[in-house]
Amino acid sequence: MRLYAVTVYAFLYLPIAIIALFSFSAGRSASSMDGFTTAWYARALSNPFVMESLWTSLRVALLSAILATVSGTMAALALTGMKGRLRALFDGLVMIAVMIPGVVIGIAALIALMTVFGAVNPWIELILGRQLSMGLGSLIGLHGMFTMSLVVLIVRGRMETFDRAQIEASNDLGADPFGTFRQVTLPQIAPAILAGFLLAFTFSFDDFIMAFFVAGSETTLPIYIFSSIRRGVTPEINAIGTMVMVASLILLMIAQILLRPDKSRAEG
Amino acid sequence: MAMTQSRARALLLAPAGLWYVTLLVFPLAVVLIFSFGERNPIGGYAPGFTLEQYANLPSRFAAFRNTLTLAPLGTLAALIIAYPLAYYLALRVSPRWKTTLLILVIVPFWTSILIRSYAWIYLLGGNGIPALLEALGIDSIRLINTPFAVLVGIVYGYLPLMVFPIYVALDKLDKSLLDAASDLGTPPWRSFVQITLPLSMPGVLTGSMLVFILLTGEFLIPAILGGGKVFFVGNALVDLFLQSRNWAFGSAVAVALIVIMLIVVALYARAIRRFGASRDDVGIM
Repeated sequence: MRLYAVTVYAFLYLPIAIIALFSFSAGRSASSMDGFTTAWYARALSNPFVMESLWTSLRVALLSAILATVSGTMAALALTGMKGRLRALFDGLVMIAVMIPGVVIGIAALIALMTVFGAVNPWIELILGRQLSMGLGSLIGLHGMFTMSLVVLIVRGRMETFDRAQIEASNDLGADPFGTFRQVTLPQIAPAILAGFLLAFTFSFDDFIMAFFVAGSETTLPIYIFSSIRRGVTPEINAIGTMVMVASLILLMIAQILLRPDKSRAEG
Repeated sequence: MAMTQSRARALLLAPAGLWYVTLLVFPLAVVLIFSFGERNPIGGYAPGFTLEQYANLPSRFAAFRNTLTLAPLGTLAALIIAYPLAYYLALRVSPRWKTTLLILVIVPFWTSILIRSYAWIYLLGGNGIPALLEALGIDSIRLINTPFAVLVGIVYGYLPLMVFPIYVALDKLDKSLLDAASDLGTPPWRSFVQITLPLSMPGVLTGSMLVFILLTGEFLIPAILGGGKVFFVGNALVDLFLQSRNWAFGSAVAVALIVIMLIVVALYARAIRRFGASRDDVGIM
């Protein structure tokens, strides 16, 4: 049984280890290991295409995660303890956003936005002298819409496990709603909010498929990696991949540790 | 008081609601409308009301066939691999290590599926497993760009999502039932079949539904490991929208994909009701 578990863990982590290993290979060929070098890392970090797409990805991930965390937390606060049709409608929207494949969400957003842009652009051009097009705005909008759903699920999960009597007690003692939120609710849900933010950031940073459709002329890092591996895997791509994996592993570990007390409490 | 509270709620929900309407509800409605339209000769969409696009769906038969054979196969394979691991984590590991080991299962799922998938190009490519097999005397096995490669990729990619719900179901299981059974002299395999397995069914169903649904919409893994030979509906969609720019037909394919997923969710809802479990097992973390 234990051996089996070790095998499955090896299966889960072997491919990650292989990429990290080959990123240090001194040979030009990406498929054999000869020598040790960190040159590919230096090369990746001085490649202007890599740095530019990295910069785009970071901006999109940061902005979409901030917007998603704020509006997702607001929605989670409103939804807790709420019943009726509006609650059912919102639960439905959150589920749809999470369940519909990214490829369909990407396509739907692409044709909807292109149709709207096509209709309004003559007017926008007339008034502002420029046109609407796909790019940072559509990337942030679409990633944020998806990751906001994750934030709602995570924050609402935490809201539902904490003792509501504390809020009532605070109200009875004369605190105004904002005071109660700041002094009672926020300290308890803060770890969940931060975890939601980290997950939102990681998702946006790693997403390829939605970005592929709505990026317009922008290139995010996953889009760069995807088009590079179509031309063949290089040690440089392995170095980029390793850095991306290590960065997301660190963020995810932090997110998981933040969510941990929540689980132990839910288990009682 | 009640009035101000409902107003506060409406204000709190407004940004999220607006976001969903503009980038989820409206785009999906556009897809539905376009699926009844016609192809614009210069690419894109021309208004109309016809079922022509749906009648044309069989022309993408291969994509639907690949998806609907490899997605169930991948789900089943993931289930077979995940169950013993979930069982081990829930019932055999000491509480001290449980959380850490569980986190180690879930974390890969949240890291770039793109990078994790392309790692398999190494393992399945000429210098990987085929070279090992050759050393063992099994010659000229081709793995990369085959349905097998795609299957390995999807099992690998979605395994964590299968482990988690099964783990949750097994972890909630009342262990005194198993003790009672063994005190009464029930052999372990019988208490597994009669107690553990039925009580873990909600987790099995949830994991299978989640994995199956995500697999039906998969694009990256077939694109990277299938080498254009093993393509899913997701790949057909990318081709229809970005290459041939046939928006009306592409929309019909997208609607068909969503209908398949809705059928699966409905089947799941029926099955889970039979096992009398709540839906709160659906965990994403």
